[in-house]
Amino acid sequence: MAIPKVMGIETEFGISGPGMADFNPVLSSSMLINSYAGTLRKIRWDYEQESPLRDARGFEPVQERQPVEEDLGLANVILPNGARYYVDHAHPEYSTPECATPRSLVVHDKAGERILERSLEAVQVMLPPGQRLSIYKNNTDGKGNSYGTHENYLVDRKTPFSRIVRDLTPFFVTRQIFTGAGKVGAESSREGGKSVSYQLSQRTDFFEAEVGLETTLKRPIINTRDEPHADPEKYRRLHCIVGDANLCEVATFLKVGTTALILKMIEDELLPDLSLEHPVQALHEISWDVSCRQTVRLRDGRRVRALELQWEYFDQVKKFVKEVDDSPENAEVLEWWERVLTGIEEDPLSLYRELDWVAKHRLLEGYRQRDGLAWRDPKMRLIDLQYHDVRRDRGLYHRLAATGKVERLTTDEEISAAIMAPPEETRAYFRGRCITRFPGSIAAASWDSIIFDTGREALQRVPTREPLRGSKEHVEELLEASETAAELVDALQR
Amino acid sequence: MPQGQEQKKVQKKGGGDGGEDAGQVTSSEKGEKLKEEMDEILDEIDSVLEENAEEFVKSYVQKGGE
Repeated sequence: MAIPKVMGIETEFGISGPGMADFNPVLSSSMLINSYAGTLRKIRWDYEQESPLRDARGFEPVQERQPVEEDLGLANVILPNGARYYVDHAHPEYSTPECATPRSLVVHDKAGERILERSLEAVQVMLPPGQRLSIYKNNTDGKGNSYGTHENYLVDRKTPFSRIVRDLTPFFVTRQIFTGAGKVGAESSREGGKSVSYQLSQRTDFFEAEVGLETTLKRPIINTRDEPHADPEKYRRLHCIVGDANLCEVATFLKVGTTALILKMIEDELLPDLSLEHPVQALHEISWDVSCRQTVRLRDGRRVRALELQWEYFDQVKKFVKEVDDSPENAEVLEWWERVLTGIEEDPLSLYRELDWVAKHRLLEGYRQRDGLAWRDPKMRLIDLQYHDVRRDRGLYHRLAATGKVERLTTDEEISAAIMAPPEETRAYFRGRCITRFPGSIAAASWDSIIFDTGREALQRVPTREPLRGSKEHVEELLEASETAAELVDALQR
Repeated sequence: MPQGQEQKKVQKKGGGDGGEDAGQVTSSEKGEKLKEEMDEILDEIDSVLEENAEEFVKSYVQKGGE
């Protein structure tokens, strides 16, 4: 029996300092985050439950109050909405709190954009006159360097990994017809890539393997990183690295909504074998064809378009939802999925209100027609880049959204609220509310723990290893009844 | 790319000198209303685009992440 899909999205944002000769992306990312986080910086990230690989780089006794990241000058904070906001390599990274529905995840992913925008405003006062930072929710600099947008899904540990690889790979290869964020040109050395003027995905040019642990070189379609951040006997956290950073709400909603349902069907072993003959090649070729007519070969000998495979998945999922998992949330996923696949069938370029790659393509085509620009014109690349600018008064996606030219699934009020308020349906609620209520009494926290410093001799570690426990329903009453962190900890121990 | 041959004719891969790539023009953009809306969008974008596109794009270099 499939388990509920607790989900999150990690986004590494592009960062630059236009006109700054001595721009340092690591220090600038840190300054950006710290200027937003303020005093929350005092709460450390608790590495205890992370993998040995991560522990090796600096676990210290919990008695030490000075954050490790502070020593390095690198920001790493937990926000009142339960999210993690930190420097990863040379990028500011926002990891949403754990959500249990696609809609909730869209809201929190959008709240992340707003947090980056607010950070830009906060950091501006610290910069010398004439200097500024730019932040982009995209995945490539157009020069062969990519940074990730990773989705995470809670999966039953009992599900054989080989089954995940078999059934998820063809889905991932073909879902880019609606999840792609669009890119001018190509960054692939593969034959056929060099002459591409515009493609569906920001990311697929960088994928070279079917399965693997890597995320920075020889990137695999299915990533095997195994850090559950939850009870490892029961759960796997499937870390998916093949997706693009989406701005269109419909694209994000469908990306996580359809993938969650596919994973449930994999857990129940209900999907047929739709294995592709050459998944990596298919991933690239599908991205390069904006007509969405490219066919790819399945192991059973059939040649199909990405759209046909998606219809096959859709039919399977529709049956599954009807028979096993009927809910309003799933009905909404099916509705949008069908609408978008139908649109691609009729004319992919008609989906400029729903999909990032089409919305961006439409802008670029507008410029090509009005100004006679070539695809390789720097202005085309600037439009591609600035589509992803997080500032609502400058980012081209945000200009479209502000004037009602893209579909919205959320409201501005919901997004504003999610900047401070955690999702109510997961342990993120407990984490976020504790950070909000007792910031001075928390020494450290992580996805699966909170360490309280209540002034007593020993620090008290509260594990949160069940992602669906610690929801509003479970702990609101307890939190409300506790005047202090000490009372809360005592109540939890009773 | 042996498997892609049959599709090449619809892919309209252009080198990018501006003219030959008309196959990617959106077939949905029919009618004056859509054109008007597009003109409006482009005017809006003109007013917010970063200046000096070539220099701006050239200087956007990222370190890999993940």
